[in-house]
Amino acid sequence: MSDEHPLIGGSAPGAPAASADEGRAEGALTNLLLGSGEPAASAGYAQHPPRMGFFTDTSVCIGCKACEVACKEWNQVPEDGLNWTGHSHDNTGGLGADTWRHVAFIEQRVPVDAAHPPNFVRGGDEGAGAEDGFRWLMSSDVCKHCTHAACLDVCPTGAIFRTELGTVVVQQDVCNGCGYCVPACPYGVLGKREGDGRIFKCTLCYDRISVGEQPACAKACPTDSIQFGELHELRERAAGRVQALHAAGVVQARLYGHDPGDGVGGDGAFFLLLDEPEVYGLPPDPQVTTRDLPTMWRNVAFAASALLAGAAAAFAGARR
Amino acid sequence: MSPARLPSPTDWPVLRQLLGPDRLARGAAAQSPATRALRPRTLEADRVVGSVCPYCAVGCAQKVYVKDGRVTQIEGDPDAPHSRGRLCPKGSASLQLTTGPARERHVLYRRPHARAWERLELETAMDMVADKFVAARRAGWEWEREGLPTRRCMSIAALGGATLDNEENYLIKKLLTAAGVVQIENQARVCHSSTVVGLGTSFGRGASSTLPADLQNSDLIVLQGSNMAEAHPVAFQWVVEAKARGATVIHVDPHYSRTSALADLFVPLRTGTDIAFLGAVINHVLSSEADFREYVLAYTNAPTIVGAEFADADVDGLFSGFDADARSYDPASWQYDGAFAAAAAGQRDLESKIAHQHATGEPELDLTLEHPRCVWQILKRHYARYTPEMVERVCGVPQDVFARVCALFVANSGRERTTAFVHGVGWTQHTVGSQYIRAAAILQLLLGNMGRPGGGVMAMRGHASIQGSSDIPTLFDTLPGYIPMPQAHSHDTLADFLMSGVPRKGYWGNIGDYVVSLLKAWWGPAATAENEYCFQYLPRLTGSHGTYDTVMEQVAGTVQGYFLFGQNPAVGSANTRMQRLGMSKLDWLVVRDFSLIESATWWQDGPEIESGEMATEEIATEVFFFPAAAHTEKDGTFTNTQRMVQFHHKAQEPSDDRRSDLWFTYHLGRRIRERLAGSSEEMDRPLLDLTWDYPTEGEHEDPSAEAVLAEINGRNADGEPLSSYTQLQDDGSTACGCWIYCGCYAEGVNQTARRTPAREQNWTASEWAWAWPANRRILYNRASADPQGRPWSERKALVWWDGDKGEWTGYDTPDFDAGKPPDYRPPRGATGPAGIAGDEPFIMQADGRGWLFAPSGVADGPLPTHYEPQDSPVRNLLHGSQRNPARQVYEHEHNRYHPDPDEPGAEVFPYAVTTYRLTEHFTAGGMSRWTPYLAELQPEFFVEVSPELAAERGLEHAGWATVVSARGAVEARVLVTERMAPLQVDDRTLHQIGMPYHWGPNGYAKGDSMNELSSMSLDPSSHIQEVKALAVDIRPGRRPRGAARQQLVREYRERAGITALTGMRP
Repeated sequence: MSDEHPLIGGSAPGAPAASADEGRAEGALTNLLLGSGEPAASAGYAQHPPRMGFFTDTSVCIGCKACEVACKEWNQVPEDGLNWTGHSHDNTGGLGADTWRHVAFIEQRVPVDAAHPPNFVRGGDEGAGAEDGFRWLMSSDVCKHCTHAACLDVCPTGAIFRTELGTVVVQQDVCNGCGYCVPACPYGVLGKREGDGRIFKCTLCYDRISVGEQPACAKACPTDSIQFGELHELRERAAGRVQALHAAGVVQARLYGHDPGDGVGGDGAFFLLLDEPEVYGLPPDPQVTTRDLPTMWRNVAFAASALLAGAAAAFAGARR
Repeated sequence: MSPARLPSPTDWPVLRQLLGPDRLARGAAAQSPATRALRPRTLEADRVVGSVCPYCAVGCAQKVYVKDGRVTQIEGDPDAPHSRGRLCPKGSASLQLTTGPARERHVLYRRPHARAWERLELETAMDMVADKFVAARRAGWEWEREGLPTRRCMSIAALGGATLDNEENYLIKKLLTAAGVVQIENQARVCHSSTVVGLGTSFGRGASSTLPADLQNSDLIVLQGSNMAEAHPVAFQWVVEAKARGATVIHVDPHYSRTSALADLFVPLRTGTDIAFLGAVINHVLSSEADFREYVLAYTNAPTIVGAEFADADVDGLFSGFDADARSYDPASWQYDGAFAAAAAGQRDLESKIAHQHATGEPELDLTLEHPRCVWQILKRHYARYTPEMVERVCGVPQDVFARVCALFVANSGRERTTAFVHGVGWTQHTVGSQYIRAAAILQLLLGNMGRPGGGVMAMRGHASIQGSSDIPTLFDTLPGYIPMPQAHSHDTLADFLMSGVPRKGYWGNIGDYVVSLLKAWWGPAATAENEYCFQYLPRLTGSHGTYDTVMEQVAGTVQGYFLFGQNPAVGSANTRMQRLGMSKLDWLVVRDFSLIESATWWQDGPEIESGEMATEEIATEVFFFPAAAHTEKDGTFTNTQRMVQFHHKAQEPSDDRRSDLWFTYHLGRRIRERLAGSSEEMDRPLLDLTWDYPTEGEHEDPSAEAVLAEINGRNADGEPLSSYTQLQDDGSTACGCWIYCGCYAEGVNQTARRTPAREQNWTASEWAWAWPANRRILYNRASADPQGRPWSERKALVWWDGDKGEWTGYDTPDFDAGKPPDYRPPRGATGPAGIAGDEPFIMQADGRGWLFAPSGVADGPLPTHYEPQDSPVRNLLHGSQRNPARQVYEHEHNRYHPDPDEPGAEVFPYAVTTYRLTEHFTAGGMSRWTPYLAELQPEFFVEVSPELAAERGLEHAGWATVVSARGAVEARVLVTERMAPLQVDDRTLHQIGMPYHWGPNGYAKGDSMNELSSMSLDPSSHIQEVKALAVDIRPGRRPRGAARQQLVREYRERAGITALTGMRP
């Protein structure tokens, strides 16, 4: 596969380190640290199966939270308290150590566009206005299993690793709970479990998918809002779905996290949204937080060697 | 990696990193031993057992994984054609439900006046219950009432069965009926009994005509009275599928729910006004002649002439035949001209009277539809006042929105296109519930949508086997297979019974075969032709003995013993205060459930204990709590919402004192019979002669569920299993426990356990499990073809006549005599199936036609008519009668009603309430409030109010509100949401409050119960309560504690001037 993906070259074993397009040491270093478009290869899997991922089509999400429960049942994630939030039907709050799937609920006033009317024109208080339409968005969030995963980059213990399927997993028998990964995640996915101290997040059901089973959430999802499969195939399917929705008048439909050119190299779990990502609590332009690390290291190395050279020069000068 | 092996140096991460390709240790080199040893527990299982989800009636197929004799995982079965492997949050939590710590392990016993539970040996408890049963039966035995033989026992009652297996319901009904108990009820009464009346009288069978998977073939889906995406998420996948195929979805509901979010059009309407809305759609279809005329002429009773005595309900809202003193109708004047047509369901008791008064001629038809007394013209006149203007004023639906709905109905019906209705308890739980369903039935008949792909009325039922507990009823008014229970006043002999009440033509004409075979199944060799096959062993009814009548009997002190089989009336039934008051008058109460539900602990910590109205030590009721086995711990069948009977296999033995209801009922019956052995009392004969010898198996001596199922299926004189109800005889040579289930064990093979994968069959999936009747998946499918037997269109082909082969064929099992040609005409005077012509698709109906007009069977009129709910803030703008004049009401100081809207005091309760389910919870909460993974998703009781109402009443978002009715006061968190919107009704602004009803004071997620507010006021045909529409006041803040809570309610009653007479007028 590496032949089809020139960017992989930097870290793929057996491939010359300087085979990247730029042919510069800087590019090679970047790829070595951040991985590439084919993360399993970047993580040293010479022979690896296709990258697997999630496509969450929020346009058919019914907010049932089967994903949340199926995930907890399979992964034995603890129930984490009774907390009525008053935020629509979301009493989960967000992703964390004890929530690996989270359904967001957004109640929205929308303009009444005559060509594409919302399903409910509420009217009511301030007379007929441009924002009299109403809609209720629901979306199941999950770890994005980034192509460039900062959590993995910063993990000092090797607890977080890249699987041969391209997913990112925290190994509970290795994790010491240092927590470096928590702020490193651009999406706020990881969390420390209270009373345990270790870090937990979605494993994309590594145990299940490594034997060809579906992840628990995708298997349960009543409306197929959560789809699991080969990432490239999911991306094609998602593009087709956006086209179909546009043709049906759902002009707001757009993909999020599907683009390998984005700040995290594309997500292994990407979404079809009906509004801007911020509306769903997703960062509009996520960046791998270790993006500047190679440059920083290079600068550090440059500064160190300059210092060293200066010191050496000083000593050399002193002898003279 | 084996843990016993010593780690090799090459396992060291550093070496792996340095020697392998993963130099940066980001992948393989970083894998820990635990990661490399990871195996999913589904692969580690010793056994995988086929099962069915125990929550709602979608009946999602499950796979139960078992390791070392214990269940380790439960998942959906991807082969299943109806659920496709998917599970909602409740189904996904069924592992925690069945294996979690919330389930009780031991029998608990509360002595009279005791303050606490104590432990009791299971065997001791069983003996005690058997002793009490025998004693209560003796004490409460009634040979006759008012001179009519009743042969029954009014001192024992039972409630529950919809969460149980069919086999369990069968044994409960069999044992209790033999014991003379008539007060046998279950959740089906309070959930969908009105569906049975509405669909049964209209089409012939009181169950859903179609299956959720067929919704994928719909061009328009109208969800009304159903919160399908929340209450039945896995079935909702077929609505999503239909949308993907281009269908339009409309949701008509008082409350914008997760179902509305996915609809193309949401139509908010005032709760309790659906008949006004549907009546106006009917009016639109009739007045614009947009009906499917060929279908209407051939398959409905539109051309039938009604007798001259019939007078329609117009200005005053009363049909002919109303008796104000008796608060009921004599339906004699609703009959066809010169003919008698008995109803296939509903109120069949009345008809025996009428039958004898009427000629037995053939109904007269006017195919021009011009005769002023033909049904078409009557219908047209009746609905003329149901105009778009009235929809706007009554329902609060703007006329332009209503016009869009009408246009969609018309555009998506006819030869090429079909529309489906989906309804749930949003339609059924009203004082006119049966008529809501009738209104939909009329519309579907006019538009030609019955019996066709993508058409029909999809009744979404709520419990795993609530359809089964209606078919094999733990209900007072029917015997298995919808045979009416005999009435004390009319049926003296078996011959009398068979001659009355049911249609002579069609398959009800063979009722003798069904009844005699049932009696043979129950009383075996003791049932002979000489003794009328023990027909006299059946106890007799005297009017209604529904669950609310039983409550009144309890309050009156008549009932000594009460069984609760997985039902929680102290939270789930209307007016929970009355429920608890009734239970406090019992001598003994048996509760069989997973956890200590409110109905088991009211004597200890119920609201009346807190308020001081009851004192624990003064309550004499003995309480037995028996922990129940889960669906994974027993064999048996559930019947889902599409009439599909699915077998679930036992995956593990129940531990400790947990037992199945099959075990409980069988061993209780065994003990009772042991105690009566040798009795020469005539009243004991039915119990002693009862066939009660089932093979037992396993460490607990569980009776064999398959053996019970085989009895339900039936056998011939040689003991061989029957394969069809057409084989049944009335000469005692066949025995069959439920005639409509005959065939489920054909050839001695358990057909309900079949699991042919979806990919190997078409969408009707006739090889997955088994559906009644006769494995037909879409009912009345003969109507998918024209009178000559050709599909109405290729696009909507389902079943058609193959002239070469001389048989009906198609994608589904034909719901018609396979060899009866379309041109068959019955000989004059023919009865039974031979009386149905080859072009009459409704084979259970007296005239083979769908009933636009119901000449019998519906207690409150032949045509649906808009009446306001019992407690409504709005006056009836369409008819003079404010409320359904024939509704059932109960006079009791704790069951007071609200004033009429134009009477002084009505302003005290100015807001309408609509109630509903949430995805995350299940019914009265017994299977979800104790389940942490579900409880955390919806942890508190809340009310949904609009920003406008919040402003009007000073309600603060996320704060507390107190809601008050004439019955009670509850507190809830306030969810201010734009999903609730004020309506413009009759020139004023009306606010509605949304209330989910799952909570109660026990369990992990606690809260007040909505049913503290509701009243006992019932639909007269089905005896279902009105809990989908009521009127209340709402105020900020928490409710008062202790005695002050009821003091607040009393203050409201006084302010509203409520007396015993308020709201009681017919």
